[in-house]
Amino acid sequence: MRTTRYAAAAMAAAAALTLSACGGGGESGGEGGGEGGGEAGGETVRIGIKFDQPGLGFDEGGSYTGFDVDVAKYVAGELGYTEDQIEWVESPSANRENMLANEQVDMIFATYSITDTRKETVDFAGPYFIAGQDLLVPADSDISGPEDLEGKNLCSVTGSTSATKIKEEYPGVNLVEQPGYAECVSVMASGAIDAVTTDDIILAGLAANAESGDFKVVGNTFSEERYGVGLTKGSELCSDINAAIEKMIEEGAWEEALQNNLEGVDYEPNAELNPPTPDDCA
Amino acid sequence: MEDYLSLLVEYDVLGAFWVNIQLTLWAGLWSFLLGTLLALMRISPIASLQWLGAAYVNVFRNTPLTIILAFGFLGLFGQLGFTLDEDLNVSLFRIAILGLAIYHAAFVCEAIRSGVNTVPLGQAEAARAIGLSFMPAARLVILPQAFRGAIAPLGNVLIALIKNSTVAAAGSVAIETSTVMKEMIEFRSDVIYPIFFTFAIGFVILVIPIGLLTTWASKKLAVAR
Repeated sequence: MRTTRYAAAAMAAAAALTLSACGGGGESGGEGGGEGGGEAGGETVRIGIKFDQPGLGFDEGGSYTGFDVDVAKYVAGELGYTEDQIEWVESPSANRENMLANEQVDMIFATYSITDTRKETVDFAGPYFIAGQDLLVPADSDISGPEDLEGKNLCSVTGSTSATKIKEEYPGVNLVEQPGYAECVSVMASGAIDAVTTDDIILAGLAANAESGDFKVVGNTFSEERYGVGLTKGSELCSDINAAIEKMIEEGAWEEALQNNLEGVDYEPNAELNPPTPDDCA
Repeated sequence: MEDYLSLLVEYDVLGAFWVNIQLTLWAGLWSFLLGTLLALMRISPIASLQWLGAAYVNVFRNTPLTIILAFGFLGLFGQLGFTLDEDLNVSLFRIAILGLAIYHAAFVCEAIRSGVNTVPLGQAEAARAIGLSFMPAARLVILPQAFRGAIAPLGNVLIALIKNSTVAAAGSVAIETSTVMKEMIEFRSDVIYPIFFTFAIGFVILVIPIGLLTTWASKKLAVAR
């Protein structure tokens, strides 16, 4: 009898704790979503970024840095949100379309290339940057482009566009696929692989962040990746975001963000294509 | 629908499943051999072997498979330059099999030990009484009965192994199902649900017959007592 009573008391206590936790959450949620009309007011905006790409979108123990993050902050500012009102959400490549379709995020700045198949499920503003697939190699390597990779070991991310392109167009390359670029870079540092491939700006960020060994971006791009701002299908934000991107480029803040985030790396973005002009909104 | 069918032409889904089946068969074979050895160690009368077997099982059963396979790539291949073939992809495929086998051997060992527990103690005593030492007793009397009692749990290990073979992606086996699925989703986000269900159903088709077969066999072959 006594044990039953104790158990009941414990359960009641647990239930009370759970309930109060729910109440707390609900309250703060209510505060956040209180305002309806007006210029953003007390609302927050949820922006999807990568957390694992130094120089672009990177989680440094709760503060977020990178070029994507800076552009996102600028655009959000133009839309009437202060930095405190931005809620950063991690959006890995495979989840981006779903996160937009389920309205878990309002916009995505995550090295998100504009493609026709993606346009069938999401809308894009931008592009705000045009990258190209390139190679990252040890500083003393004589690889100067994908043609030199025959029989060499190349690393990229599992299932990525970059990996697929290599498989299709350069079948003589030994491609290894890893879950992330950090793994690729660490193995390249030990000499087991000869090059890492993905978009040039991502490689530049990795080179800037590399702790062991010196790497260089080859600078011989062989694709065109137009980074756009992912939006929910039918979103009305597109033209405002495009205006913000144009303003950012005109003001020089775009150039500045790029410089700040890729400091110390021998990398120049393709000057013929950058800075880009945003597409018309559909 | 047409979109979806064109996808199956473009991507080698069946080939990807075949890679997982190969991973499963090889890893299944090696883990079965290693697991049997471990089970023998655990039931042997030698204390140090018992200890070693138990240590192996506890270490590998409690280490996430992803970490074992990532270690195969990052540690064995990446840092130590360990290879199992001159061809890089064959080598990584074999290292992945090694990782899968090492991990599942711990579960095979426990499955066989559960089979050993179905063999009455009197059988071992009788084997000793007619003058058999440990190895002949195990080989002739205990293990044959134990395997028949262990079919159902071994089937579960095999089912887990099939599904776990997708983790080989962490060991850079780039042509298996989870990698191909990621690739398809990356390029064809417009048909993301059909892609997902294709792979989910593929695994169901692989797994259900094994479940039915082992359940049937475990009833049919169990030693009636």
